[in-house]
Amino acid sequence: MSEHNLNFMPTEGFRARAKDVVENPFLRQSFRGAMDFLITKRAAQFPSPEELETLRTLGEQIRQYNLGKLPALLLQLEENLTRNGIQVHWAETPDEANAIILGICKAHSAKLMVKGKSMVSEEIELNHACEAAGIDAMESDMGEYIVQLAGEKPSHIIMPAIHKTKEEIARLFNEKVPGVDYTDNVDELIQIGRRVLREKFLVADIGLSGVNMAVAETGTLCLVENEGNGRLSTTAPPVHIAITGIEKVVEKLAHVPPLLSLLTRSATGQNISTYFNMISGPRKPGEKDGPTEVHLVLLDNGRTQAYADEQLRKTLQCIRCGACMNHCPVYTRIGGHAYGTTYPGPIGKIISPHLLGLEATANMASASSMCGACGEVCPVKIPIPELLMRLREESYSAPHANPAMRGQGAGYSRLVTSIWRGWAAVYRSPALYGAVTWLGSRFRWLMPAKQGGWTSVRVPLKPAPKRLRDMLRERG
Amino acid sequence: MNLAESAAPRPTDVYFFATCVVDQFFPGAGMDAITLLEREGIRVHFPDEQTCCGQPAFTSGFRDEARKVAALQLSLFPNNWPVVVPSGSCAGMMKHHYPTLFEADPVRSAQAVALSARIFEFTEFLVHVLGYQPEDKGADCTVVLHTSCSARREMGVHLTGRTLLGSLNGVTVAQQDHESECCGFGGIFSVKQPEISGAMVEDKLKSLKATGAERVVSADCGCLMNILGHAAWKDEQDGRKTPSLPGEHIASFLLRRTAK
Repeated sequence: MSEHNLNFMPTEGFRARAKDVVENPFLRQSFRGAMDFLITKRAAQFPSPEELETLRTLGEQIRQYNLGKLPALLLQLEENLTRNGIQVHWAETPDEANAIILGICKAHSAKLMVKGKSMVSEEIELNHACEAAGIDAMESDMGEYIVQLAGEKPSHIIMPAIHKTKEEIARLFNEKVPGVDYTDNVDELIQIGRRVLREKFLVADIGLSGVNMAVAETGTLCLVENEGNGRLSTTAPPVHIAITGIEKVVEKLAHVPPLLSLLTRSATGQNISTYFNMISGPRKPGEKDGPTEVHLVLLDNGRTQAYADEQLRKTLQCIRCGACMNHCPVYTRIGGHAYGTTYPGPIGKIISPHLLGLEATANMASASSMCGACGEVCPVKIPIPELLMRLREESYSAPHANPAMRGQGAGYSRLVTSIWRGWAAVYRSPALYGAVTWLGSRFRWLMPAKQGGWTSVRVPLKPAPKRLRDMLRERG
Repeated sequence: MNLAESAAPRPTDVYFFATCVVDQFFPGAGMDAITLLEREGIRVHFPDEQTCCGQPAFTSGFRDEARKVAALQLSLFPNNWPVVVPSGSCAGMMKHHYPTLFEADPVRSAQAVALSARIFEFTEFLVHVLGYQPEDKGADCTVVLHTSCSARREMGVHLTGRTLLGSLNGVTVAQQDHESECCGFGGIFSVKQPEISGAMVEDKLKSLKATGAERVVSADCGCLMNILGHAAWKDEQDGRKTPSLPGEHIASFLLRRTAK
């Protein structure tokens, strides 16, 4: 199966991929260490639970306010961006987005594109599209660069190469970057990457970036980053193309600081990122630098489906900080690649069904113990566990007319449904419950020694010889 | 709110909702919780028709089935007495999810909201309603406390278990690493994703054992079933005849420590 196809049946093979990681003590230890590090850094940024709670409520309100008037804000954004000289493009599907971007590249006879970090570009698999069109698309974020060199995909939305050790990166650079000797000194590795990339920035025809927030009232694109590669990608090449999901728009400039603060503190435990770029248009007459053309591609790709449903709309509140992954005991055990989707972890589980349909993601929602850690840390209070339960319902219920989601009923099984119906029939009837549990306690020795997944690491479950109700009756 | 410190009268009667796990798998924990409440002078009523809060179906995405089972429980507590639940997970279901589960049904919705206010997790009830001050009569020992995710995040009662253990003079409460992390139970999750769930409970047991505590206590039998089930399996693998980490419900531990 090619990497490209992986995205169309992500849950196929999920368990096998998860098992591979779980059974690799080295990887287990490495993920645990990395997540512990991020958890500790975030915690240090929020010493006061009260302040955190106030900020999260504010973040939630800002996101909900803006989603509440999203259609109008998108039009306002388009109007103000256009006035600022930024060309706005609308894409409903990944194919449309790729076609728009390749069209711009073609108009400029582009051969080389440098890319700042953009998860939406991963979502549309832009690198594949560029490769097919003969355009060299080069990642300039250090993590993305490493992942690209290795021919892999990001395993985390903020730290794409978190699954790699410095020794692996050292071997990779030694193998793939011409003229580089093996070194596992992190500073040296970063300098090697920088040297390679610096040359590319100067000769690239196109700079591509994501967008963290798009401000409607001013027509400004905001970009958060730490390496300066975002600034270079958006200023050095003659053409800058930004791509983002339609949910990233905020009405007012005043909405930016609280979201920015929540984002950097939640994501990397930084008070503020090293760079924060505000892009308001191409180079103006008389200016000496900056791109001569700036484009924004606004991508839907299933977001309007989530938007149409009051509960599912909360999925779109996400500001992509990745804190839910860092705190997720499942993500910590299996890492990002096991999920098979562009967005892994808890946020991936709730957003991927909208992007790919429930057919492709039917069983993803089951990979959660519902511990609630994701919802607890989410800086904009997305009720992730509640949404996971909703997705389970959408997936397992019998297919019906006018579903809220593409692929509704994809996980439907007549057998499973009748088991739950049988369960409900017993547990809603005191008499049946009494009879079944009485039998269970009397014939406890009949319980099988192998009980599916349960007994793979646990002793079999066996009811007690007497139920609590029997003990109470005997006591009188 | 700490009712014990407020003007609210101390209840004379409570309902006890055992949960299906306690009724069938940990009846001793239920008996001990009831005995402890009675020893505090409270009449404990156990509606015999009770079954399950409905959570297994609810979290699995089978809301209609969950609603049918929940509707039965909703009808079992007619008097205005507190309902004490020896599980943060099931208490969380009844307190926080019943109101939304019945929102389309005006009559049951009102009942669910009214019931919600009367639901108390066992340790929460002891600390915040009774102001229970256990008098420790046991020998010195070290225990480790595991708090369920629902008790911690849904019920917000992760401190009450610690308060109770902390007031036992002879008991040292050990601190495990990654305390707030899930044990990997998650009901159906443990069967549907056995590899991930297995890895989680494996790590949890290691953390608990690394403290050197003599036993683990918890106010949730779902977690205990998972952790102790894995501990017993591990002991079998290692050829041990005695449990390397015994465990029990906090009610049983408290009752034994305070036995006259």
